[in-house]
Amino acid sequence: MTTAPGATPTIVLVGHGMVGQRFLEALAERGLTATHRVVVLCEEPRPAYDRVALTSYFSGRTPEELSLTDMRFIDDHGIELYVGEPAETIDRGAKTVTARSGRVLGYDVLVLATGSYPFVPPVPRKDAVGCFVYRTIEDLLAIEEYARTKARTGAVVGGGLLGLEAAGALKGLGLTSHIVEFAPRLMPVQVDEGGGAALLRTIEEMGLTVHTGVGTQEIVTDSSGAVTGMRLSDGSELATDLVVFSAGVRPRDQLARDAGLTVGERGGIAVDERCRTVSDPDVFAIGECALAADGRVYGLVAPGYEQAETAAATIAADEASFTGADLSTKLKLLGVDVASFGDAHGTTEDCLDVVYSDARAGLYKKLVVARDGTLLGGVLVGDAEAYGTLRALTGSVPPVSPESLVLPAEAGSGERLGPSALPDEAIVCSCHNVSKGAIRRAVGEHRCTTVPEVKKCTKAGTGCGSCVKVLGRLVDAELAASGVEVDKGLCGCFAQTREELYEIVLALRITAYRDLLDRHGREGARGGEGCETCKPAVGSIIASLAPTIGASGYVLDGEQAALQDTNDHFLANLQRNGSYSVVPRIPGGEIAPEKLIVIGEIARDFGLYTKITGGQRIDMFGARVEQLPLIWSRLVDAGFESGHAYGKALRTVKSCVGSTWCRYGVQDSVRMAIDLELRYRGLRSPHKLKSAVSGCQRECAEARSKDFGVIATASGWNLYVGGNGGAIPRHADLLAQDLSDAELVRLIDRFLMFYIRTADRLERTSTWLERIPGGLDHVRDVVVHDALGICDELEQLMRAHVAHHRDEWAQTVADPEKLARFVSFVNAPDTPDPVVAFVPERDQIKPDLPLLSIGLRPADDVLEGSAPR
Amino acid sequence: MTLALETTAVKVRLRPADGWFTACDLGALTPGRGVAALLPDGRQVALFRDRADRVYAVDNRDPFTGAAVLSRGLIGTLGDRPFVASPLLKQRFDLISGECLDDEAVRVAAYEVRTA
Ligand code: SRM
Ligand SMILES: Cc1cc2nc3c(=O)[nH]c(=O)nc-3n(C[C@H](O)[C@H](O)[C@H](O)COP(=O)(O)OP(=O)(O)OC[C@H]3O[C@@H](n4cnc5c(N)ncnc54)[C@H](O)[C@@H]3O)c2cc1C
Ligand code: SF4
Ligand code: FES
Repeated sequence: MTTAPGATPTIVLVGHGMVGQRFLEALAERGLTATHRVVVLCEEPRPAYDRVALTSYFSGRTPEELSLTDMRFIDDHGIELYVGEPAETIDRGAKTVTARSGRVLGYDVLVLATGSYPFVPPVPRKDAVGCFVYRTIEDLLAIEEYARTKARTGAVVGGGLLGLEAAGALKGLGLTSHIVEFAPRLMPVQVDEGGGAALLRTIEEMGLTVHTGVGTQEIVTDSSGAVTGMRLSDGSELATDLVVFSAGVRPRDQLARDAGLTVGERGGIAVDERCRTVSDPDVFAIGECALAADGRVYGLVAPGYEQAETAAATIAADEASFTGADLSTKLKLLGVDVASFGDAHGTTEDCLDVVYSDARAGLYKKLVVARDGTLLGGVLVGDAEAYGTLRALTGSVPPVSPESLVLPAEAGSGERLGPSALPDEAIVCSCHNVSKGAIRRAVGEHRCTTVPEVKKCTKAGTGCGSCVKVLGRLVDAELAASGVEVDKGLCGCFAQTREELYEIVLALRITAYRDLLDRHGREGARGGEGCETCKPAVGSIIASLAPTIGASGYVLDGEQAALQDTNDHFLANLQRNGSYSVVPRIPGGEIAPEKLIVIGEIARDFGLYTKITGGQRIDMFGARVEQLPLIWSRLVDAGFESGHAYGKALRTVKSCVGSTWCRYGVQDSVRMAIDLELRYRGLRSPHKLKSAVSGCQRECAEARSKDFGVIATASGWNLYVGGNGGAIPRHADLLAQDLSDAELVRLIDRFLMFYIRTADRLERTSTWLERIPGGLDHVRDVVVHDALGICDELEQLMRAHVAHHRDEWAQTVADPEKLARFVSFVNAPDTPDPVVAFVPERDQIKPDLPLLSIGLRPADDVLEGSAPR
Repeated sequence: MTLALETTAVKVRLRPADGWFTACDLGALTPGRGVAALLPDGRQVALFRDRADRVYAVDNRDPFTGAAVLSRGLIGTLGDRPFVASPLLKQRFDLISGECLDDEAVRVAAYEVRTA
């Protein structure tokens, strides 16, 4: 490097996209941000974000959530980041870059990471109003705005990876969508003819119209210059209000050309194996703008990341080189798995294809194999389960026959080749170039015992996520092999997980905790009392399955009463001084004045503290245990039911006011919230369940922070799952869109029952979704596509729950034997507990907390919680 | 104070000090759960019955919070030590010795009990 002695050398990065950001991280990891001044010119109005996940903006990811840039990282490393400031010229002689603002930056090392621009075919009127490209967040914002206000139909030019993604997005925006592809099949680069055919069928079934083998000749506009259609090469005209060009990308190399750097014939800044431009040793190019030493311009993020590492290592004078990369891709397009890896098109001499195809099921799988049996590559459409393993095996001879790798499991001979068969060098995560060996070391040497720990330690699985399934299986296998005994048992009494106990209870129709403990508990625990962990957990399982296994659905019946946590046992929430709170159900948060008055009267008569909860209902605090039956008799008489604020059960379904009143509402969110709350009330589950329904995408009900959230669309409902407030907030993920009322309810039925069946004790849907192998995709496969064939059973279980639901407070106040438990003292049932006392605050009461530490206090200076009655 | 009616059923008695005190009928206790009883001097006792009909008695006041709630906790066994878990912050107390299993510095009073 050439720097005046004493001065801090400067690295200037032009372009803050995905690869640029990775380059900054690589600099920091090598300590170069400490020894260099690092300056970044970023053209877009926001710092680097996840372009790969761009489309998820339409399923609710906000631009902030897409961001890849932690401003703390930028600050901590003293990086100067100029947002909205593109580089305009480079003077290689003076070694300066000039930005649009006129800012001139001297450099010692210049790194170009300017990415690509979308190629728009030169058809007449391609710039008409209503024509868009699909590359940046700004593009998406513009498409969304136009689709919402001015379009009903949309067409995408280009049926490749991005084109299909864009078409899916247009459909999601409620447009009738067309795809126009010049090649004779969809995704011509990634899949072969057979794969294209399988893909076509599935995509057409989703209601998109595909036109292959035709080109776009011109854009047709109206007198105002807005798009009304496009003329195709077969002479036909396609009426459309919006056009998205997605016909490939071209490297953004103009800046480099102007500076006299060598570019390839078909574009791309020519670099060597160290990512240094061939023309100037002080200038590097990385990412999509670079023409790599192997003569290719890579349009994927993983090779770009590798180039970023290579450039940083070279600057740090480490050995590194980039000689080429894998073009494997796996994506889920509109819910269809599509993957290709290695030599997908069989271009290697003398290679053979092994093909399995089932047109009816939309399945197509092809492996390319060399004469000696080496796996060279392949294409998977419809089921890409084996992708992770196959990709990693590429280049070696698989331990089982190739046929058995593509046949589906149910075809008999189908073999599920586990990741244990992979060699140590096999790259499991291609986004971060992590080998199986590195993952084994993470478990063996670094003592990681869970997938999240391994992700943190190795970065594997933190890119596109397509390797996470394989990762999970590797971690399990490795733990088992290293003899680490991971006791997955629920507690000291049971060696089984909650999920396993659920299956045992269901299969053997076990209705008593004791039977389960004595027959299936750990040796030493049989015949004992159990413990405070497994009793409520098993009580909850029995309650969820009650109608199906023939147990009583009433949680205080017989032995079940002994299993419940104290709150469930008293059907109220215990407070810090031993008093209880009372929360009647107010479905959807809707309440008539008469009922409000009843609550007010009861609270006044019993001297209770009242508060509106965060769940859109009213909580009354300060009830003594012996008052609960009296309070509830009045509530039940007035038509209230238990709100299960005490249970691991459905809490509230919050609503916004919706289309009935709100000028923006597109569906009746209040009605739906009430329907859902009434349907799932009383459903016992591994943890509490919360829901909300918003009447439009402004989302006033905060549905995306709920276990299952529903947001209205013009044509139905979008269902989101796995949201959470609390300590670790998580936005819910879109499970399915534009559902009818019946479809919505059916999917929620399945989702909840699948969660109840497989979740761990006290595991909210958010953590469950993050934990279970395959995550959201797997859940979608099971509950939307019925991949396990269990949906009938799940629906059946829910129907049984709904049909048998009875309000437990109504049952309790009608049962004198049960009421006998609601006493302060067994030998003095009407004597109030003397440590439950209250003092005034803001016109209401609050617990007399000092009393708890002193035990008793003279009776006259306390305010009794119970007014005379 | 209204005392529970005397019947000829099996009684639960405990010894808070020198003499035996009759708290209730055994039938008032559900196996696996507890009840609170009031002693003549104002102290509160938590009584429990296990599945083998053994009965235990400890002080009802949870020493960690001051609330008189131990009778409302769930009982269990750790090895062969019977315990109750406080319903407030879940600390466990040995039902025979009164020792807290989660903090050896803390204990509650335990009483001798008899059923007859
Ligand atoms: C009463 C209420 C606060 C209020 O005055 O507004 C409340 C009170 C309690 N919350 Fe809550 N939460 C209340 C709304 C919420 C909300 C807001 C919401 O539901 O929209 C949240 C965040 C949303 C969420 O759950 O994702 C919330 C997140 C929690 C959490 C954290 C859960 C998590 O997954 O991280 C806990 C702790 C737990 O469950 O383990 C908790 C636990 C509790 C407990 C049960 C703590 C306890 O064991 O004593 C509180 C006792 C309630 C009682 O005695 O009646 N509460 N709690 C709200 C009752 C709503 C209702 O009508 O049923
Ligand atoms: C919708 C979509 C889906 C995709 N899906 C996948 C996928 O599933 N898998 C995959 O591997 N890849 C995918 N890609 C491709 C992937 O996003 C790119 O390979 C990756 O972003 C390339 O990174 P980059 O930094 O080279 O370019 P970019 O991320 O494009 O960043 C270049 C940045 O440089 C800026 N810039 C340009 N000129 C200048 C200048 N003169 N001065 C300052 N700044 C400048 C640009 O504004 C841009 O912000 C997808 C792309 C899109 C659009
Ligand atoms: S979510 Fe939409 S419909 Fe509901 S209140 Fe808000 S703006 Fe109105
Ligand atoms: S392969 Fe993309 S995250 Fe591992």
